[in-house]
Amino acid sequence: MPREAITPAESFTALLRSRGVDPRWDLPTGVSAREAPEGTTVLAFRYADGVVMAGDRRATAGNVIAHRRIQKVFPADRFSAVAISGTAGIAIELVRLFQTELEHYEKLEGRRLTLVGKANHLAAMVRGHLPMAFQGLVVIPIFCGYDEQEHIGRLYSYDVVGGSYEETDYATEGSGGRDARLFLRTAFTPDLGAEAAIDLAVAALVAAAEEDTGTGGPDLRREIYPNVATVSASGYAEVAEERVAAAARHAMERSS
Amino acid sequence: MMPFYVPPEQLMKDRAEFARKGIARGKSLVAVQYLGGILILGENPSGTLQKISEIYDRVAFAGVGKYNEFEQLRIGGIRRADLTGYAYSREDVTAKSLANAYAQTLGHIFTQDIKPYEVEIMVAEVADDPADDHIFRITYDGTLYDERRFSAIGGAADALMSHLAASHREGAPLDEAIGWAKAACTAVIDENGPVGWEAAVVERTERRRAFRRLDHSVIG
Repeated sequence: MPREAITPAESFTALLRSRGVDPRWDLPTGVSAREAPEGTTVLAFRYADGVVMAGDRRATAGNVIAHRRIQKVFPADRFSAVAISGTAGIAIELVRLFQTELEHYEKLEGRRLTLVGKANHLAAMVRGHLPMAFQGLVVIPIFCGYDEQEHIGRLYSYDVVGGSYEETDYATEGSGGRDARLFLRTAFTPDLGAEAAIDLAVAALVAAAEEDTGTGGPDLRREIYPNVATVSASGYAEVAEERVAAAARHAMERSS
Repeated sequence: MMPFYVPPEQLMKDRAEFARKGIARGKSLVAVQYLGGILILGENPSGTLQKISEIYDRVAFAGVGKYNEFEQLRIGGIRRADLTGYAYSREDVTAKSLANAYAQTLGHIFTQDIKPYEVEIMVAEVADDPADDHIFRITYDGTLYDERRFSAIGGAADALMSHLAASHREGAPLDEAIGWAKAACTAVIDENGPVGWEAAVVERTERRRAFRRLDHSVIG
């Protein structure tokens, strides 16, 4: 055990690779697995205290609803969050690996990576799964966090080849991402309060669910509501389900 | 050429003496169980080179002796814990398994390497029920001790243990535990008194990561 510790702060992925247990981000050639469940709409935008992030709960496989209660918004560490769209199984594994990477670095070095460092690392991970993306198993995240040096919320969008783009106001991803973005374009204003930001995030998801079959709207009968989280100076916080339910009821009354 | 014959008893004795001398040159550390978790505290003049560290959600590590050697063990422990937690589940990472691995490693180094490690280390794990808390102590030769309520590592470990045995009380709050730990450490320092403290706790908490460093406003 100790002799392998010569290189400090080696990434967790490198550690997995050295043991031959790193996840494979490619399939044999000629194979595709297009019917794997896919997660759909996620979004994030800046508000007065930091960033708010939200995602619907539906996963689809072709035209079938595969899961109704899937989670697409996750804490990455204490001061950042990641949301996923695309092939659910791979996306969830990517998030788990990303979370472990950040914590692994923090424990070895005694300090957290900078927000830019985390965003760049996620970009490399997305790029790493490019072979699989070409075979139909695409994963595209949104990353956001509170910058402990600059004291502001920041968010990053990605593309399939691992390009990382810092966004000033908002970012959306997934099949209903375009509809959510259209909604945010008209309703977003900088420096929203926390409560207004939660309402807006849920309203944008409701608007996307109206237009896109892949996006699950709030299900009042089954009590399934979007996942909403905020990241501010006090860290990552998941918004309570009752609060999201109230926002969802309000948004659905308005849209009908 | 035939090597000189050295009886194994003599070899082990020499190695143990060498390791003990090295450890005695450094400062000691104590661990104390209190109502809300386990406190680890020691004298440390450096604010950057730390001896106490987070290993996993509920598991902390502390080392005394040669810095580069216990730092290597610390890194190895974090790697082992993160690998286990990633491959299986977070609940499958335990102090017992980690302490066993450390005991194996140190035992192997003690008998097989050119020189033994001049370190003593501690692995502490907090549980929901205080009765399930664990404090393991592993010495330079790989001997593993399963301690109850309190423990100490370093050259002054025996003296610290008898100080703690006299003061320890079940279910005490954190500030009281800090008081005993500091009093025990101060009692064994023969020079001009302590120059700086390092302390951390693993807490009985709802948070996933129970490890927290204590700053000077708390330690005093």
